[in-house]
Amino acid sequence: MPEREQIRKQTPQRETERVAETAPAATKQGEKLKAELDDLLDEIDEVLEVNAEEFVKSYVQKGGQ
Amino acid sequence: MAVPKVCGIETEYGIVLRGGDSNPILASSMLVNAYVQRHGKHDIASRPTSVSWDFDDESPANDARGWTPLGSMPPEVETHLVNAVLTNGARYYVDHAHPEYSSPECRTPLSATLYDRAGERVMVASMEAVKATLAPGQEIVVYKNNSDGRGNSYGTHENYLMDRSVPFSRIVNSIIPFFVTRQIFTGSGKIGTEYPGAPTEVPFQITQRADFFEEEVGLETTLKRPIVNTRDEPHSDAQRYRRLHVITGDATMSEYATFLKLGTTAIVLAMIEDEAFESRALSLVSAVSAMRWVSWDLSLKSPLELVDGRHMTALEIQWEYLRFAQKYANERGLDAIDPTGVQGPQLLSMWEEILTDLERDPLLTADRLDWTAKLRLFEAYRDRHGLPWTDAKVRALGLQWHEVRPDKSLGLRQPWRRVLHEADIDAAVTEPPRDTRAYFRGKCLQKFSPWITAANWDSLVFDLGSDPLRRVPMMEPLKGTAELVDSLLEGCDTPAELLLRLGG
Repeated sequence: MPEREQIRKQTPQRETERVAETAPAATKQGEKLKAELDDLLDEIDEVLEVNAEEFVKSYVQKGGQ
Repeated sequence: MAVPKVCGIETEYGIVLRGGDSNPILASSMLVNAYVQRHGKHDIASRPTSVSWDFDDESPANDARGWTPLGSMPPEVETHLVNAVLTNGARYYVDHAHPEYSSPECRTPLSATLYDRAGERVMVASMEAVKATLAPGQEIVVYKNNSDGRGNSYGTHENYLMDRSVPFSRIVNSIIPFFVTRQIFTGSGKIGTEYPGAPTEVPFQITQRADFFEEEVGLETTLKRPIVNTRDEPHSDAQRYRRLHVITGDATMSEYATFLKLGTTAIVLAMIEDEAFESRALSLVSAVSAMRWVSWDLSLKSPLELVDGRHMTALEIQWEYLRFAQKYANERGLDAIDPTGVQGPQLLSMWEEILTDLERDPLLTADRLDWTAKLRLFEAYRDRHGLPWTDAKVRALGLQWHEVRPDKSLGLRQPWRRVLHEADIDAAVTEPPRDTRAYFRGKCLQKFSPWITAANWDSLVFDLGSDPLRRVPMMEPLKGTAELVDSLLEGCDTPAELLLRLGG
């Protein structure tokens, strides 16, 4: 089964953590990105729905096309 | 020569009623109605413009393969409760318990991107307008996404004009590997998976839609979704054209990503039409599971098995398509994409740049692509607060990315690379594109809406009172442009004059 074969070839789990660690660090560009990201993170808490749990729970849609 | 790649995007938005029992069909109807009541007014007569949709030419059950396979189900009859045609040429209506905005027909990918973004503003204006009809403490909020994270999906569909003479099987064979692999730049990112019994942990994946595909080719759009949808409803001269209805895409908040998706797909379709691509060159052994596989692999390094025995990653397959496209552009030009010659080369270099950056480090594309921008931000948020992917706060970020109100939306607050100007997006909310038949539709609505009783993609129906209803057919998507009809429209003060001069 091709699907089975592809599953075996899958890269290790928690790939996302590996990706995050490779973010550019020392360069100017990297510092600019980091600053931008920090600003965005600071903003998030102001913007984020107050009751995240309730918000996520109540977000139910009918299937569409 | 490939036919001009007239294109557009239709989006079913997610909808929530806060502070009350949420009946999504009712909420969607209220939303669309509120917009039409407030913004449909015009300066000729006092009654609001609410031109209804004309279903005469709708035939979503026609199959492009020319037959309907045994056991295949036609799409369920759509419930069109509220239908409006906007002065920008778009259709705004309720479909399957969602508010849906279908952009007007656009001559270029950039124009289609512009009208897709104008749709976000229609939604914001609708949310504002509907407040007056809601009880205190209630609000309706819409989301430009494609999944609720609980196994329910709703679509963002692209449409491209194709030459009817191209065998449909050639389109299918040539485009499937493209649809599977373009996900690496078209995905808007999703936390978790909704694929039943997923064989691996999927904390975050590239697309919202990949979990929902079950067939390679088919007519359905709401269940057993196929990679290539065979709905054969050209909304134009059926002898000359077909409309390829593409259901694999995600709604993206990055306009750059939307432009790239539309542009690369239009280029690939043009080269398929011109036989500049060998149809089975990149055929996959198992395209349906490859859809998911590509979406779940954030490293972009998992190989897919090809029918000819090779193994290639999604990136390698994209590089192949790009090389074919570059050769095609050199030999035949990209006028089918943009007659002014600007967007074709621009898209080829954007495409090359995105593949190069994705190969070096996917996060380098976080200034252009939804999924990498989401991944970068959500990972940083998780780091800062020490939260797992499954935490409600992280999942809330995943939804709020797709809010359409600029002060609430995470997706709209990103420092994206831009391809559009704000003023152009604002203008596109009410003004039609100048270079397709949408211009005629939109301008007639602006000027003569009290006498237009119905409209659809390929006709307008006038009611002048005493006479029988008069239908003006618009079977050619590239007629009715500003160049062709501006002086006609300016010279007519009444709809009767217009119909007379149109030869009716």
